[in-house]
Order: sequence, then structure tokens, then C-alpha cells
Amino acid sequence: MNILSNFLQTSRIKSPWVLHFDCGSCNGCDIETLAVLTPVYDVERFGIINMGNPKHADVFLVTGTVNHRNKKVLKNLYDQMPQPRAVIAIGACGLSGGVFRDAPNVVGGVDKVIPVDVYVPGCPPKPEAIIDGVVKALELFAAKS
Amino acid sequence: MTSVQVFLALIAALFLAPMAVGVLTGVDRRITARLQSRLGPPILQPFYDIGKLLGKEPMLANHWLAFCSFLYLAGAVTSVVLFFLQADLLLIFFVQAVGSVFLVIGALTVPSPYSQIGAHRELLQIIAYEPLLILVIVGIFLATGSFKIEAVYAMEQPLLFKLPLLFLVLGIALTIKLRKSPFDISASHHAHQEIVRGVYTEYSGPYLAIVEIAHWFEIVLILCLLSLFWSTGVVGLVLLLGITYFVEILVDNTTSRMTWRWMLGTAWITGITFSLINLLWLYYG
Ligand code: SF4
Repeated sequence: MNILSNFLQTSRIKSPWVLHFDCGSCNGCDIETLAVLTPVYDVERFGIINMGNPKHADVFLVTGTVNHRNKKVLKNLYDQMPQPRAVIAIGACGLSGGVFRDAPNVVGGVDKVIPVDVYVPGCPPKPEAIIDGVVKALELFAAKS
Repeated sequence: MTSVQVFLALIAALFLAPMAVGVLTGVDRRITARLQSRLGPPILQPFYDIGKLLGKEPMLANHWLAFCSFLYLAGAVTSVVLFFLQADLLLIFFVQAVGSVFLVIGALTVPSPYSQIGAHRELLQIIAYEPLLILVIVGIFLATGSFKIEAVYAMEQPLLFKLPLLFLVLGIALTIKLRKSPFDISASHHAHQEIVRGVYTEYSGPYLAIVEIAHWFEIVLILCLLSLFWSTGVVGLVLLLGITYFVEILVDNTTSRMTWRWMLGTAWITGITFSLINLLWLYYG
């Protein structure tokens, strides 16, 4: 059994499929997150694939400020992801609402709606920082199992 | 076949062949990445993906999905086992067809629009390649006088010399089956975030893993059919399969996805014309 569970754990770390959801705001973080998926950074060499389907994803990348209109969508996407899953909040907006935090329609950070595992600060964060965030989330997977 | 041979054939069909295809898809992803000037994932990546999916929480929209994924796997595995036991080509063909229809039925049981559109696209793909497969099998019958695989192995000359055009037709079917461009209108390998991958949308976790494993078995079956075309020597066989697969990867990376109308027209017109020329030539030549 040991070999099998070892293999499961390695494969969990080696094959993180990501789902990306942008809650709005200035789009800077959104673009940086997509840049990570281009050949320049080539995250597929770590097994990372952009899934776009919550039912297949393991890691949930959330950018932008959560507002009253999209918090239900965010929660819905989160609920559709099977366990084990990890949520990464990206950018100042995702962490706290950023420069938009005082706007009347803004709820604030992602963690106001769903539990967040890793925070990636920056406005916008560098692609390298986003990759670092995913790697942190994978360490979390390893610790969990 | 003696019982020892049957046992060996079962082991090869159930374990060795799908493992080999797993490695092959890993190499495929690697070569594709190199063609796009990327580094690409490790060769064992497909196994990691399957392992991870098997370890995830099962989450189902309804129980038919689980049922259909198991039947899809059962159909694919049975057809490969039948091939390795050298059964009748027609029987193998029909078992394979039943299996692939269950993937569609599973997707149709969920009222999600993505899943429905994906299922319809997958059905169109099945309509596009099934007649081609049957024509290839008819060609093998005309060349050898039997639907049995043993008859092919009994030949002195490779089938390729008698059925060169039918080999190309099988290549079209292989491209559709491998979900490669320009025929990747349902469940493309590269369009994970598009509606194109709709037929897989509702399968998740372990059931997605089962569907993927079943797909490996289907690739095994098509590669086995291709291997019939050079049954006289191992070197020639490996060369033929290797070159064909590499050409598939090249075509995948140099073409773009087309509409289903184009797919149906191209697959049928080129496929049926090539087959007819080859069959007439066999019959009168
Ligand atoms: S954190 Fe900065 S770059 Fe990112 S969405 Fe907010 S304002 Fe734009």
C-alpha cells in the first residue's frame, strides 16, 4: 500500500491542474496570470495545465476584487472543485480589495467568501511570484496527505 | 493458441500495451512542447495525471456517469483483449463501437449545455471514422480472404503493399481517434478551457481517470490495426508505427481545428475515394 500512496502523493504534487477566475478590477493580475501559461514561462513542464473546468481542477487561482455580484459565482466554482483543492489569492485586490476596497460594491479579499490557502502579494505580482504561489500550494498538498 | 500463449496475450493486452501508450502520450506531449519551443512535461506526466485523478474525491452529477465510464472502459479493454487473442476483426470493430458510444451516453445524461454540445460533437466524430474503419476491415478481407487476424499473420508480404491507400484512410481514423488537429472538434488535447472539451466536462476525479485509461486502450486498438499492415517483421512494424505517430504529431501542430461539417466532408470524401480506388484495384488487379 505504501508504494501506492507514495505514488498518489507524488502525482498530486506533479500534476496540478489550475482553474483561473478573475473577479474584476483592473485586469493587471489577470494578464500576468495568463502570461504564466505562455511558452515564455512554460508551466506545463511542472505538469500545470489551465483547465477552465472546476470539476477537473486542483488549484484555484483567483485575481481581482470580490464584489457583491460575483461572490456567488466564486463560491459556486469553489464548491464544484473536488477535494483535495487549494485556493490561491493573487494581487493586492485579491488579498484585501486593493485600491478598490472602499468602493460601495466591493466585498474585499477573496478570503471573505472562500478559504484561501496561499496569498501572492503585488500589484500586479510578477509571473515568477505566481509560480511560487502554486509551488507553495503544492507543498500544502504534500503536507495534507 | 495454447493456454500459456493466451495468458501472455492477456498480460500484454491488459498491462503492457496501455503502459506503452501512456509513455507514448508522454513522449507526444514532450515533442509537441519542443515543436512550440517549450521544454514540456516529464515523460511520465500522463501517469501522474491519472494517479492524481484516481486519488481525488468522487463527485458525480448522477450515477449514470459512473456506469457509462465503466462501460466505456469495458468496451475498450474487451476490444484490445479480443485483438490480442486474434479474434474476428468485425467482432473487435463492433465491441469498440459500443464502448465509444457509452462515453457519449454518459455526457448526454447530464443536462449541462457544455456536456450536451460535447456529446453531439463526439457523435459526429464517431460517424466520421466508423465507416472508414469498416472499409479498412473490408479491404483486409479482400486481401486475405478472411476476417480473422491469423490470416493476416499468415501472409508472406506485408499488407501495406496491397493496401497503401487504405493505410492512409486508417491514418485519418487514427487522427480523429487521437483527438488531434484538424479533427479535434470534441475533446481536443490542447483545448482544456474551451467548450470543445465538453464531452469530458461532467466526468471528474476517478471517473475522468477511467475515461482517460479507456482512451489509452482505444489508441492501443488503432495502433494494433496499423500494425497489421506490416506483420512480417518487427523492425518494419516499429518503424511504420513510429513514423505514422510522428507524422500525426506534426499534423497536429501545423493545422488548426476545423468545423464538424468540414471534418465529416473531408473524412468521408477522401476516405471513401481512397478506399474505393484501393478496393477496385484489389478486386480487378
Ligand atoms: S492588484 Fe493591482 S494589478 Fe492586480 S487587479 Fe488589482 S489593481 Fe490590478
